[in-house]
Amino acid sequence: MDLITSILAIAIVAGGSLVYATIGEIFTERAGILNLGVEGMMIMGAVTAFAAAFHSESAWVGVLVALLVGGGMALIHAFLTISLRADQVVSGLALTLFGTGLASFLGQRLGPEGAPLVGLIGPRFRPVALPVLSDIPLLGPMLFNQDVLIYVMYLFVPLSWYFLYKTRAGLHLRAVGESPQTADALGISVFKLRYFYTMVGGMLAGLGGAHLSLAYTPGWTENLTGGRGWIAIALVIFATWDPLRAVAGALLFGGVNAIQFRLQATGTTIPSSLLNMLPYILTVVVLIVITWFESFRKRVGAPAALGLPYMREERS
Amino acid sequence: MMPFTLKLEKRLEYSRTAVFLVPIVSIVLALIFGALLLLLVGANPWQTYRAMVEGAIGTPAQWQEGRYFNLIETLVKATPLMLTGLSVAVAFRMRFWNIGAEGQLVMGGVAAAAVALWAPVYLPFLPESRWIYLPLIFMASMAVGAIWALIPAFLKAYLKVDEIITTLMFNYIAILFYQYLFNIAWKDPGGFGFPGTALLPEFTWLPRLSGRLHWGFILALVAAVVVWLILDRTRWGYEIRLIGESQMAGKYAGISLAASILLVMFLSGGLAGLAGMSEVAGISHRLQRGLAVGSGFTGIIVAWLAQLNPWGVLLVAFLLAALLVGGEQIQMTMGLPASVAPVLQGAILLFVLGGNLFIRYRLRLVRHAPQPVPEAAPGTEVEATEG
Repeated sequence: MDLITSILAIAIVAGGSLVYATIGEIFTERAGILNLGVEGMMIMGAVTAFAAAFHSESAWVGVLVALLVGGGMALIHAFLTISLRADQVVSGLALTLFGTGLASFLGQRLGPEGAPLVGLIGPRFRPVALPVLSDIPLLGPMLFNQDVLIYVMYLFVPLSWYFLYKTRAGLHLRAVGESPQTADALGISVFKLRYFYTMVGGMLAGLGGAHLSLAYTPGWTENLTGGRGWIAIALVIFATWDPLRAVAGALLFGGVNAIQFRLQATGTTIPSSLLNMLPYILTVVVLIVITWFESFRKRVGAPAALGLPYMREERS
Repeated sequence: MMPFTLKLEKRLEYSRTAVFLVPIVSIVLALIFGALLLLLVGANPWQTYRAMVEGAIGTPAQWQEGRYFNLIETLVKATPLMLTGLSVAVAFRMRFWNIGAEGQLVMGGVAAAAVALWAPVYLPFLPESRWIYLPLIFMASMAVGAIWALIPAFLKAYLKVDEIITTLMFNYIAILFYQYLFNIAWKDPGGFGFPGTALLPEFTWLPRLSGRLHWGFILALVAAVVVWLILDRTRWGYEIRLIGESQMAGKYAGISLAASILLVMFLSGGLAGLAGMSEVAGISHRLQRGLAVGSGFTGIIVAWLAQLNPWGVLLVAFLLAALLVGGEQIQMTMGLPASVAPVLQGAILLFVLGGNLFIRYRLRLVRHAPQPVPEAAPGTEVEATEG
């Protein structure tokens, strides 16, 4: 039983960065903007969060900087795709290439006096056992002996679900992604909302990166995110654009990480590279199933106007 | 209320001046951005750029002595980018978003290594000659790259499964599979624990032209001609462009969408597979770390900057390779991070993307109803900025 609890505890902390980035991308895609730059925003969030935390000696400053950097990166995407009508796919890819390159560059220069960040030890969020709650058998050590960003996540997930489905602002957000023409006719500013939620998505991707460099794997190494940004994009589909289901997907990916960790410790013969393939294969399978369902049950959740630019003068 | 607003007007015809100017202005802006970044870390931008150019193509003094080492190294680095750039350009012409060139490249490399390592063992009757083995390796890597691309193509053509995610996921599956092969399954037992396969037999190597430059470079040039012929000189090339413009138009013209997707991805995956073959049989001569270094992703930039034109792909691949080699040089000689290169690449692409607007649209200042105006400020920002 202890083994399962500890695997699940690791799954939660390993999935934390994915939850933030995935829900961020859900907000962005719900507004009709596809941002494939998550990996770039996340890794920039990770490197700047660690650098800022290191120099200010406060992990919270790191979080703040990651939010700003992620939002700033997303602003580039918003400006290119919304104002300048660039192709969303290519713009997102460009953002990822730019972000991973810049993060690697900064990682070699942002240490004390222009030294690399690699190998430095900075402030971090350590697991904090919540009194009373962490004493609950089984669940306690699993859920309530985590770092503070994970506790924030516990609140953030239901709130974002509530926001999306139960509030007026959430309705407007979904309207902009479903039918920008209708939303525009109702007096909702498609332009402003798309800008806003693209930046929200970027901030959350940055926060996901910060969780990596400040809590899960504290410190900076090259390629710290290891493709998690791409997994987040896949998880959006896996979750059918629903924040609650995103958690299930993130736990699954985190869980595979955790199990692999355990298996390596026990010295089993299953090669980790083959085990690592599972989530990717699973994502493809889920995507096929969703598409299949969508073909005869009509809608699963994909915003109808996803990836399409909206121009007032060119109504279809 | 601003006295002016900027209005976008669609041009009737694409602006030829803009097509020409946008890439140049974008490169200049990206270089300025890079210079600011270099100043920020305390490096001299002028000296750095100079060192990068000299690192990438050499100096006139070296040329006079007949030493073209740097230029040749740039061509070596350009080879896989040319092939992946062509691969991506073929798919993007149809607006089929093949993000999977990286995985197709890796699988092509795996196929080349598989033939070179195992055919001599299991097919001992084959003469151990270049003339037998190189065509075999060529076909195997092209076929395996194509098959790897055909799975997402099939899912898209018949089940309408989004190709961006599937091709992307297939990259990771391919890379993990390749890591499994050289780390475990095909690891050289006599390799002193070094992760990698045994050295491939010499008759499976691509012959060298000069220095490390090998036949893969010639192959890439030939591939560009073939792709140009197919895309711009055949009916089918016209058809896939038509589908790219509008799927409905393609349908009305009686073109089978499914068949076109499969054919396009066969070609696209095959080209990426050849890029992997060229790296394994031309450079590393074994399966080891360093095959999946992002050439497939860079191929997307190459294709896009080249406006999906095969000749453009050759040129852009050379320029981006020069950036890479230049970046490595400044890391060695000036101790600056080599990642200046991807930063500049990404920045150029972002500026080009923003600038493309001016090819299709015209900006016009529109005056509002006369009002007492203190100052004529421009309405919205025009220039792409970086955050």
